[in-house]
Amino acid sequence: MAGRTTWRSLAVKVEVFELRKAFGKTAALDGVSLSVASGEFLALLGPSGSGKTSLLRVLAGLDFVDSGRIEIGGRSMEGVAARERGVGFVFQHYALFRHMTVARNVAFGLEVRPRWQRPPAREIRDQVRSLLDLMGIGDLAGRYPEQISGGQRQRVALARALAIGPGLLLLDEPFGALDARVRKNLRGWLRDLHDRMGLTTIFVTHDQAEAMEMADRVAVLRAGRIEQVDSPDRLHARPANAFVHEFLGDVIRLECSVAQGRAHFDALPLSDIATTCPAGPAIALIRPYEIGLRPGPGPAQVLSLHANGPLRRVRLTLAGLAMEVLLPADAWCPAVGQSCTLDLSRARIYSPTFA
Amino acid sequence: MSPVPVIAGAQPVCTTERPATRAGLIALTILLLAVLLLLPLVVVFVEAFAHGLGAVVEALVEPDAVAAIELTLIVAAVSVPLNTVCGVAAAWCIGRFRFPGRGLLITLIELPFSVSPVISGLVWVLLFGANGWLGPMLDRAGVRIIFALPGLILATVFVTFPFVARTLIPLMQEQGSTEEEAALTLGATGWQIFRRVTLPNIRWGLLYGVLLCNARAMGEFGAVAVVSGHVRGLTMTMPLQVEALFNDYDWVGAFTIAGLLSLLALVTLAVKAVLEWRVGRRGGALL
Repeated sequence: MAGRTTWRSLAVKVEVFELRKAFGKTAALDGVSLSVASGEFLALLGPSGSGKTSLLRVLAGLDFVDSGRIEIGGRSMEGVAARERGVGFVFQHYALFRHMTVARNVAFGLEVRPRWQRPPAREIRDQVRSLLDLMGIGDLAGRYPEQISGGQRQRVALARALAIGPGLLLLDEPFGALDARVRKNLRGWLRDLHDRMGLTTIFVTHDQAEAMEMADRVAVLRAGRIEQVDSPDRLHARPANAFVHEFLGDVIRLECSVAQGRAHFDALPLSDIATTCPAGPAIALIRPYEIGLRPGPGPAQVLSLHANGPLRRVRLTLAGLAMEVLLPADAWCPAVGQSCTLDLSRARIYSPTFA
Repeated sequence: MSPVPVIAGAQPVCTTERPATRAGLIALTILLLAVLLLLPLVVVFVEAFAHGLGAVVEALVEPDAVAAIELTLIVAAVSVPLNTVCGVAAAWCIGRFRFPGRGLLITLIELPFSVSPVISGLVWVLLFGANGWLGPMLDRAGVRIIFALPGLILATVFVTFPFVARTLIPLMQEQGSTEEEAALTLGATGWQIFRRVTLPNIRWGLLYGVLLCNARAMGEFGAVAVVSGHVRGLTMTMPLQVEALFNDYDWVGAFTIAGLLSLLALVTLAVKAVLEWRVGRRGGALL
């Protein structure tokens, strides 16, 4: 890394208030408010069509909201063009300039500056080189985008976005087009880069494992609304509703009904669960590793067992319903064909408003 | 099922015709190409050189011929750049944006292809001619459009308008606008984006469209014939000059100018072939 250039940006705070944007009759953003602290790494997580990419594009100034307010670094973005925002944006398919070498791609943001703000050519060259070295792709400077791999393109796109010294970095599905192995490696690397550069980063993903692994906080979106913004820990421990709970990983879903602060499984001989949900029909959600199996005659029948590292995978039927349970290797486990009772005390009960 | 033998570099054989049938069909195609395309081209040059090189040179330096060549070059020099700029602008609008009336605009751009060239010339006569809508007004102002250079240019621009736009629209649609958006987030101005990102991405397609446009601009006969007025040495372009000389039984003169035009077509074709080869090698689609 060149001595002068330290590639530390001044991270900015991002705040959006009540953003609304509609494409025809469908609302892409339906009243989104969000505050991202400077230096934070935030994931926008949601199914496709939930508005996460729309939010990112609106922040970059590539699209415009119908109403609402955006502040980046305390400055209102109203009437500020995309090219004046100084926001780094990494596109889903990288959008590298195909007719330019890697070095020219990275230099682009510096070369298009007005004459009085443009560093001298030598300085640009040095900066590009140190950035490429930082990304670990220094030897690719002379290559064209079509001559390098997907993971390398990803790094070039990042280097290009970082060259303008942005305080805010936006990433749209940064690993979407990469295969699983490369993706896994890049996750840790990107998080590390974020910490070293002192950036504020917002990235879009539909992969909950990716969001939970990398982000300080995760905003879960659905249909243009934010359902919950929380740290990965808290999202797991206290999902705000059934949608968030189901979106964050495999769950087993059971119908139940609530009366006097207790959820009953009407058709199934299972113990009641205490809940604060209002009386009426409800849904119990529980993750496969939260279910316990207890000996004794019960409603569940074991279909098959599969030892899988530290966990044992038990497939069973519960009153005609097939489900898969993950048990720790040292827990009691019935044999195939045996029946047992289920411990669902860790299930969470939701009223079916968000069914 | 036995595997079909595949010769390295050759297409797998998947037709059921006998070799003799295939050879026959290929021979027929080559024969037709030779008779319909190659033979006329050969005739042009043979006839031009029938009385030797001296006659050809003489025919080329003849004042009316020089005037026709000059006029053709002027008409092309005005209409090709005009259509290039308009074509790029139109392709950019259509390829990059969705807006009401987009379909109509595409149809309008293709209109000159579907209209007979004679009509393309006639509309200008109806508009600007002595008895046309605007003719009397222009007459009073002392502006001459029909039977003069402006009319020739208008007719040529109309006929050759679709070439650049038609070449670029599919190309720009396929490329999408994310590279331009990336340039925008990196701080580039509109002009910088066009010059550094858009233009380099469409350059081969653009050159191809310009070549086709130029070939047609120089070779157009019908539309130009209607607005020209056939004043020798003044409003005769090369194709018109060829016809006039031919009608005068000046074979060498006619075929010399025709040969010159054919030469232009051959050069255009050669450049186009090189372009296609280059683009093909880079893996990009041209059309």
